[in-house]
Amino acid sequence: MIGTSSYSGTLSGAWRSLRDIHAHREMLGLLIRRDLKARYKDSALGFVWTLIRPLTQLAIYYIVIGKFLSAERGIPDFAVYIFTGLTAYSLFSEIIGGSTASIVGNAGLIKKVYLPREVFPLASVGSALFNFMIQVVILLAATIAVGEPPLTVEIFYVIPALLVILTFGTALGLLLSAANVYLRDIQYLVEVVLLIMLWASPVVYSWEMVKSFVGEGLLLEVYTNNPVTLAVLGFQRAFWVGGHDAVAYPEDLLLRLVIALGFGIVFLFGFQRVFSRLQGNFAQEL
Amino acid sequence: MAIIPPVVVQATNVSKRFVVRKDNSIKERLVTFGRVGRRHRKEFWALRDVDLTITAGSTIGLIGHNGSGKSTLLKVIGGIIDPTHGEVSRRGRIAALLELGAGFHPDLTGRENVFLNASILGLTRSQTQQRLPDILAFAGIGEFIDTQVKFYSSGMYVRLAFAVAVHTDPDLLLVDEVLAVGDEAFQRKCLDKIRSFQQEGRTIVLVSHSLGQVTEMCDRAVLLNKGEVVFDGEPAEAVAQFRNILEDRRLADVAREPEKPVAGGHIDKAVVSPIGGEPGDDVPPGSDLRIRIELSNETEMPDWVCAIQLDNGLGQIVYGTTTKRLNVALRPFTGTRTVEYILRDVHFGTGKYFVNVSLMDRYGVHLHDLPQAASFNVPDFPLAAGTVHATPEFVDYAN
Repeated sequence: MIGTSSYSGTLSGAWRSLRDIHAHREMLGLLIRRDLKARYKDSALGFVWTLIRPLTQLAIYYIVIGKFLSAERGIPDFAVYIFTGLTAYSLFSEIIGGSTASIVGNAGLIKKVYLPREVFPLASVGSALFNFMIQVVILLAATIAVGEPPLTVEIFYVIPALLVILTFGTALGLLLSAANVYLRDIQYLVEVVLLIMLWASPVVYSWEMVKSFVGEGLLLEVYTNNPVTLAVLGFQRAFWVGGHDAVAYPEDLLLRLVIALGFGIVFLFGFQRVFSRLQGNFAQEL
Repeated sequence: MAIIPPVVVQATNVSKRFVVRKDNSIKERLVTFGRVGRRHRKEFWALRDVDLTITAGSTIGLIGHNGSGKSTLLKVIGGIIDPTHGEVSRRGRIAALLELGAGFHPDLTGRENVFLNASILGLTRSQTQQRLPDILAFAGIGEFIDTQVKFYSSGMYVRLAFAVAVHTDPDLLLVDEVLAVGDEAFQRKCLDKIRSFQQEGRTIVLVSHSLGQVTEMCDRAVLLNKGEVVFDGEPAEAVAQFRNILEDRRLADVAREPEKPVAGGHIDKAVVSPIGGEPGDDVPPGSDLRIRIELSNETEMPDWVCAIQLDNGLGQIVYGTTTKRLNVALRPFTGTRTVEYILRDVHFGTGKYFVNVSLMDRYGVHLHDLPQAASFNVPDFPLAAGTVHATPEFVDYAN
């Protein structure tokens, strides 16, 4: 017999949620496909639209910030640099934005059918990952076009960097999606915070600029150890070959990434417990 | 030795509290923080200490008036909402038909939605693939299966949704009023499917306002009132008790709102009794029914007509007649007047019946109506169901 309502041990609870999600993995796949298919259904360009937004952002930042404000000085292959950061950042922002709205957006289903509710934020993570893959392909094409394909050992930075984004994104996504059910202001707040975080990580300027502005010290550490900053830096290490010797990176970037990943896993675990505690009342709050 | 069927759902001491808040944004929450905030919360108990054991193979009807907690109980059983106190354990695959087509995405085609919905209800892709021909045949929507469902008519939508739901092979099927949608042919199809589920020994819990459906299909009924289980057992008995609750509520409503007097004739009251009995006595088949109606009129009333109509507990008309049909010419009157209908040799089926009385002028304009002016009960007749009484006999010419 499967019992509910009694909060069993935290670990066994997490294990049960995981098993529940695993049992529904096929449906998760279908939900991701539904999200992707439904988004651009009936539009003539379809999936091309997923690329137009980041490419437009790239063009704006490249021209306005790179050329007009001359931020590109000291940053070789500025377009590749920006696109690398944007690719990493838009994965994070899409995960957070998509999963925050996911529970409220699937209210019809949640009120009528029992499912492990984690699948809805996870489906948002999945569809964000799909768009991310497309952007990575374009990024690789761009690096080849400028003659600097990322064929160095540094490419492996992408693994911890991607994992940091995924763990933090999923953890926060679970928490925010649940919180948004109880307080709809969350989704608007998230939009604002995501905008701030884009500028609070070295996407369109370099980490070196921050360092020379605030100097060594606590402020720089706080800025650097933001997991999004670390992940963006990791991506730049991996894909932006042109800058390997040209700009400074924080010391022990790899170690920092691994520590961030550890924190991410702890958050993921903790927030999943919060989510499963809150999800019992979803059906009546929606 | 009797085999005791396994328990599918076990609910112990289940209570559910709902909190209704009137403040739903940060600003409002901050303004109404703390003790003031408590005034913006209203709580009520949708379920109180409900114990329920459902054994495999049974069909259980949940009945009760609107807001009695039926749907909440169904959702708690299905795991859609968690109880505030108490525990629910369940076994096997559950399909909840709380709404047909929940999770259909308007932009996807019928076929894509079938796969998505089937997997939401717990089928794997290959199982869905295998059952697809059956599903399509049951839904009967032909080539439209590859059209986006937003272009479907509402009938096609519901048919497809039901087809998916009934082909998921659940061990426990929870049905909430979904049978009330669709045309008659479709409802029949749904009921047939549910009967075949019963024959296959599946467990069904259904919420229904159609008391006839409950007595006909369920082998057990649970009557809820204000979140508490009032009765749990024989469906016919549960339905009878439910009708008493409804009658009490109706009388309370009537007491609260006195009738507005209408110019030109007023029905003061109506009393119904079997001849040789008192008002409130059961009316067994074959009795003569007396309906005594008291009228009053302050001004002179022109020629008038007095009509009666009998409804069963579901509000369906079972009998009606007027003085016009009986070719009785009623002269104008002032003051009070008592008239009587006598219905000879009535043969009503088991259940509660209501008497509605109307006063009309000769053109059929209603001067005053007194709906549900009186009521009577027909005692339980175990050999047949329905609104008409007849003694059944059965002959088999096989030998």
